[in-house]
Amino acid sequence: MNTMVKDSVETLPACQPLTRRQIAERLARDIPEGWYVNLGIGAPLQVADYVPPEREVIFQSENGILGMGPAPAPHEINRWLINAGKQYVTLRTGGSYMHHADSFALIRGGHLDLCVLGAFQVAENGDIANWATTTDSAPAVGGAMDLAAGTPRLWVLMEHTTKTGESRLVRRCSYPLTAIGVVKRVYTNLAVLDVTPDGFAVREMVPGLTLAALQEVTDAPLRLTAT
Amino acid sequence: MINKIVQNMAEAMAGIRDGSVVLIGGFGSIGQPNALIDGLIEQGAKDLTVVANNAGVGHVGLARLLETGRVRKIVCSFPRTADPVVFEKLWRAGRIELEVVPQGTMAERMRAAGAGIPAFYTPTAVGTALAEGKEEREIRGRKYILEDALAGDVALIEAWEADRWGNLTYKSSARNFNPVMATAAKTTIVQAQHIVELGALDPEKVATPGIFVSRVLHVPYGEPTVT
Repeated sequence: MNTMVKDSVETLPACQPLTRRQIAERLARDIPEGWYVNLGIGAPLQVADYVPPEREVIFQSENGILGMGPAPAPHEINRWLINAGKQYVTLRTGGSYMHHADSFALIRGGHLDLCVLGAFQVAENGDIANWATTTDSAPAVGGAMDLAAGTPRLWVLMEHTTKTGESRLVRRCSYPLTAIGVVKRVYTNLAVLDVTPDGFAVREMVPGLTLAALQEVTDAPLRLTAT
Repeated sequence: MINKIVQNMAEAMAGIRDGSVVLIGGFGSIGQPNALIDGLIEQGAKDLTVVANNAGVGHVGLARLLETGRVRKIVCSFPRTADPVVFEKLWRAGRIELEVVPQGTMAERMRAAGAGIPAFYTPTAVGTALAEGKEEREIRGRKYILEDALAGDVALIEAWEADRWGNLTYKSSARNFNPVMATAAKTTIVQAQHIVELGALDPEKVATPGIFVSRVLHVPYGEPTVT
């Protein structure tokens, strides 16, 4: 674990960090029509709420759904239709079902355009740690390693720092790895960053934030993206 | 005349031996054949290895089977759920062995078993703790690990409709692991909500052809109540 605790986000001057929902909304803006997308359980699932229905983006769920729609109204629940987070969902017109081996062939064969995962840490070389932090409870990986290794474009949605102010953007992950060298972009409550061969490049920051202030709360070295 | 439909649970469970590898369909509680799991408990086989995506919820179905102490080992991707109390207790007490497998690797290992493929290379889990002890090989510039096929002695399957030849359809996302598990076991036992006349199933909609099915029991239990 990185023991160096940086200044917490709350002390950042004159800027308003995004809420989880606002990060999802920001990320959703970058998903163009026509993409096939898997959203990881937890915060990434909220991204679907910010893709307008007239923009045809097709969401996949690991348990065999292509063309997943939003949560149903209470009287319209199909009790055999859940997403990977085990919440009731709907099927969009044009959606289809498949079994688990086909569902993961789709993932592992690189057919998706995008996967969005949450993470504990992302390293400047694109490594991601998102499945285990401690040995207290039984390890549980789900489909994270398949999605991370198999999807050509992996974006991470996460808070920039932990609750105690430790950077989640690190030089090397200290938590158990999910996959190596796969993350392409990170959306946090403070910034959007690309993972490049030269490390993290900042694409944008919340208004009022400076690169120097962002660097203060980030373990890995940052630079502005070349424009 | 071929007739795979059995009249009672004892007939469905006949011959399951101690030490069997039992593949159990479902994702969470959806598509999980709870009646057959109860039948297996009644039948009494012990020292089992269970392969299932999750490790049971509450005290029903798979959790109830674990609670009997007859499962020596569980192979699964995600033993964590809203209420995995039975599994967690056994695991903490060292009374059950856990093999955590990435979900797609788990599905593919069973697909391989059903298709006569003894092992395969995959990039999933390369460089992670789940690759430890596995052969690693570089093919055309990318690293892969070797994963073994995962075959069952018995598969317990939940289907929507079945005919006497064992042709099956599934309901929405309850399809999940069921079709691939049906291909990977020596004896595949099905609980079906509806039994229909031979010829009544649209051949275009049969998701598991009868060749993969050994026995079918009619279990019209209605709707699943938990996810």
